[in-house]
Amino acid sequence: MRRAPRDTEATSRSVTRRALLMGGGMAAMVAALGARMRFLGVEQADQFRLLAEENRVSIRLIPPARGLIQDRNGKLIAGNEQNYRVVITRENAGKTDAEVEDVLNRLSNIIPMTAEDLADAMKELNPRVNSAFVPITVAERLNWGDFSKVAINAPALPGVTPESGLSRVYPRDFDFAHVVGYVGPVSEKDLEGLREAQVETGAPIDPLLMIPKFQIGKIGVEKWMEDTLRGTAGTKRIEVNHVGRVMRELAREEGVKGKDLRLTIDADVQNFVQARLGEESAACVVMDVNNGDIIAAVSSPSFDPNLFVRGISSTDYRALTEHDHRPLANKVVQGAYPPGSTFKMVTALAALEAGVIDENTVVRCPGYIEMGGIRFNCWKRGGHGPVNLKRGLSESCDVFFYDISQRVGIDKMAEMGNKLGLGLRHDLPMSAISAGIMPNKAWKQETKGQDWVIGDTINASIGQGFVLATPLQLAVMAARIASGRQVAPRIVHSVNDIAVPIAEVDGINLDGSKLRAVQMGMYEVMNGPHGTGRGSRIADPTMQMCGKSGTAQVRNFSESEKLSGARKNESLPWRLRDHALFVGFAPADAPRYAVSVVVEHGGGGSAVAGPIARDALLRALTGGMPPLSAYPESQRGTIETQQNAMQLRKPDGSLPAESKV
Amino acid sequence: MSFMEYRLKLAPSGIAKVFYIHWALILVLIAIAAIGWLMLYSIAGGDIDTWALPQIKRFGMGLGLMFFVAFIPIWFWRSMSGVSYLVAMLLLLVVHFFGTVGMGAQRWIDLGFMRLQPSELMKVTLVMVLAAYYDWLDDKKVSRPLWVIIPVVLILVPTYLVLKQPNLGTAMMLVLGGAGVMFAAGVSLWYFGVVGLLGGGGIAAVITSEGTPWQLLHDYQYKRIHTFLDPSADPLGTGYNIIQAKIALGSGGWAGKGFMQGTQSRLNFLPEKHTDFIFTTLGEEFGFIGAISLLALYTLVLVFCIIAAIQNRDRFSQLLIIGVAMNFFLYLAVNLAMVMGMAPVVGVPLPLLSYGGSATLVILLAFGLVQSAIVHRPR
Repeated sequence: MRRAPRDTEATSRSVTRRALLMGGGMAAMVAALGARMRFLGVEQADQFRLLAEENRVSIRLIPPARGLIQDRNGKLIAGNEQNYRVVITRENAGKTDAEVEDVLNRLSNIIPMTAEDLADAMKELNPRVNSAFVPITVAERLNWGDFSKVAINAPALPGVTPESGLSRVYPRDFDFAHVVGYVGPVSEKDLEGLREAQVETGAPIDPLLMIPKFQIGKIGVEKWMEDTLRGTAGTKRIEVNHVGRVMRELAREEGVKGKDLRLTIDADVQNFVQARLGEESAACVVMDVNNGDIIAAVSSPSFDPNLFVRGISSTDYRALTEHDHRPLANKVVQGAYPPGSTFKMVTALAALEAGVIDENTVVRCPGYIEMGGIRFNCWKRGGHGPVNLKRGLSESCDVFFYDISQRVGIDKMAEMGNKLGLGLRHDLPMSAISAGIMPNKAWKQETKGQDWVIGDTINASIGQGFVLATPLQLAVMAARIASGRQVAPRIVHSVNDIAVPIAEVDGINLDGSKLRAVQMGMYEVMNGPHGTGRGSRIADPTMQMCGKSGTAQVRNFSESEKLSGARKNESLPWRLRDHALFVGFAPADAPRYAVSVVVEHGGGGSAVAGPIARDALLRALTGGMPPLSAYPESQRGTIETQQNAMQLRKPDGSLPAESKV
Repeated sequence: MSFMEYRLKLAPSGIAKVFYIHWALILVLIAIAAIGWLMLYSIAGGDIDTWALPQIKRFGMGLGLMFFVAFIPIWFWRSMSGVSYLVAMLLLLVVHFFGTVGMGAQRWIDLGFMRLQPSELMKVTLVMVLAAYYDWLDDKKVSRPLWVIIPVVLILVPTYLVLKQPNLGTAMMLVLGGAGVMFAAGVSLWYFGVVGLLGGGGIAAVITSEGTPWQLLHDYQYKRIHTFLDPSADPLGTGYNIIQAKIALGSGGWAGKGFMQGTQSRLNFLPEKHTDFIFTTLGEEFGFIGAISLLALYTLVLVFCIIAAIQNRDRFSQLLIIGVAMNFFLYLAVNLAMVMGMAPVVGVPLPLLSYGGSATLVILLAFGLVQSAIVHRPR
């Protein structure tokens, strides 16, 4: 088709018009785009710059080294060891499963890895399970040799990195499991507790606790001194990419190491006592009578706290929880036992103090008393005849205490018990400390809703009935009787080498002569010709001990038994046997150490608990293996055998080759 | 047949054509592409082989193609318009049917040395066929309904095929690009007004119908709309790209963080940073100055084209140049609006900057046509 030039001029003008219109529209849009660029890049630049930094920079915490725990002589109880581990990052190890498996196989030729380890690692390295840039730990606690082998072979092991960190270790494993406890990863329950505390007190939660698997004290000193031991986190600013992979470190601020603790416990004495208790279900406390320092606090049987740090297997854990000797319980502070005859000092002192008896008061013991139609037997069925205080204690005449307790009354006895540390919670950095029970009339009314009856007093006078005491409380009682002072137990000697001041020690306001009368009675127990503890006396005149044994019933006698007399302990199943108890101190003339021993279902206190108490006292006093010369001549042969059989630690804390583990 | 044929002797021929080529336009195009190479080099972390070099090679090839096209007289290209449209249509059908037979959502044909997207080619051939149509059509019939329906069909048939791929971005480009040529050709404004009103009403209907039993789109499509309107509502999901893009652009500030210093792109927070979102890296590393400079270069291209269209008296050439410029403008406007959070994310590359073969080649081919129109302009 042909058009006249005029037409084309006209159409061309029309196109020009439209083109300019479109150009105008484009210009408007370009202006809008430019304005938007200005808005984002100039006006809001600061805000976006901040957002870009937030994207890029991530702050990571550097966990501080946990404070060490040492014994009173500086021996290491809880330390930190280099934990050499090997981690693999999937994205660097290979693209396909086969490549990753190849790397793992090469690794297993270098360090010990089981087929199971390899399978676990493969599972963890699956990109659907864990992100490909997350380092997965495939081997832990390598020795230095294996660790350096991995480092040397790194070029042949893509994605494999040898790493080292600190991990808690307890070189004296079994000995301090109950005292020091152990650490473990922060649990949701721990955090829940802290959040509640935060609501109440406003104390902020340490950000360290938010680190996955950060280790905090779970029980014992590790738990109760957590704030001292933990230290303060350092921080590092790192650059991360969009998936959170660390690109580089920008800045670092070191944290503050946790404070070191020195305990009052002597690790060697502790070890000796632990070995001495063996596999008995027992507890023993050795305490300095002058300042309250706990020299040994042993609960038996024990367990290896290192198992908990490394992650205990369910079979091991079940073995511990199902053991009838309850190895996980710290019997020193958690176990509350009827103190039995060891309580008689409380009854005696209460009566002396109240002035209802004096040291010459004589009570006639026919072997029993009758009260309200109920017969209360003395342990000696034939009776002791006329008994004064000294004889009452040394021969442990029950009737004597039945009698004087009626004169003094339960409330005065409870008052004296409290003065001597019973029925009160002693504050130590340990878990689940029991207050025991020191009953009085008000207590019974409150807890049982019943009136106190005279029979209750009679039972209480010999440490039965409602009375319950922990081995720690019994040791405190012995220490206070020995020193006449209100010594308070303590376990932390110093923090970062700064000594913890000893709590004010007041006299317990006892008449010195009355205290001495009881001490004399306890001396007679051990050294008198008819003393019940004579068999476990110390022969060395410079170290003679005072003590009192106790045998506590753990069951009610049936009527027939009351008539026929108690059955022999040996014929009873273990858990129905009597508890064996002992409290004491030495040397008699200038007391230094007090001791308490409880052997659960051990039988007779003087036969079972007394010898242990003696060995513990001698070990503390002599500073080494007790010399045979300290023992009565007739016993030295047995003692020697017993000493030779003990599995004691070498000076470095390790057990001899044939360990009891 | 057009006005041009009367003065054929006035059009340059032979080697003399070189002097009539719009060199300034070519320089600006090269400058824009060079910015792209620089960004691709930076995004690859200082590596030229990953993206920059292949892109430079493609650009060189495209440049050669452009000169080749430029030296061939524009009336040859006009006579080829219908054929090329049919060829592009055929290719689209091939892709369409291979797609339905079971080769997956396939948008391209493998030519061995590159993958050709027929939908890209269609953008140029559609402009050509429309320009040729209006060149042929009597000026007085332009706004008559029957003669309006023909170009509408020419636009909508390939649009439908592209939409089926599915490729919403390109489909939109085809419609708007085609409408641009129709607008320039002088189709009555009433048509545009009515279509605009219908479109607006449609959008209103779509939005108001959400949540009602008769809602017009799928739930996930509504979700996209919401994400566009408020990206912070889903910062880790669909809103992530927009938020990170805005952070990158904004954090560049006035002068940027410096070449290869962009943390957003280097640390991978930015999505698709070598293709659709390449502008964000530019904004982050060279700041507002860099971004506005690029916009100025693009504007220069548009200005050159509009001037060239106005200067030209050949109707086909005029409409062709305007159509190409319109397409170029649509690309950059939609892409920039998208990465700056002014439009929904639809997957439109930034012309000459985004990494990709078909788009670059087709753009340079189109500018070859523009150059041919300029060179062979009747003077």
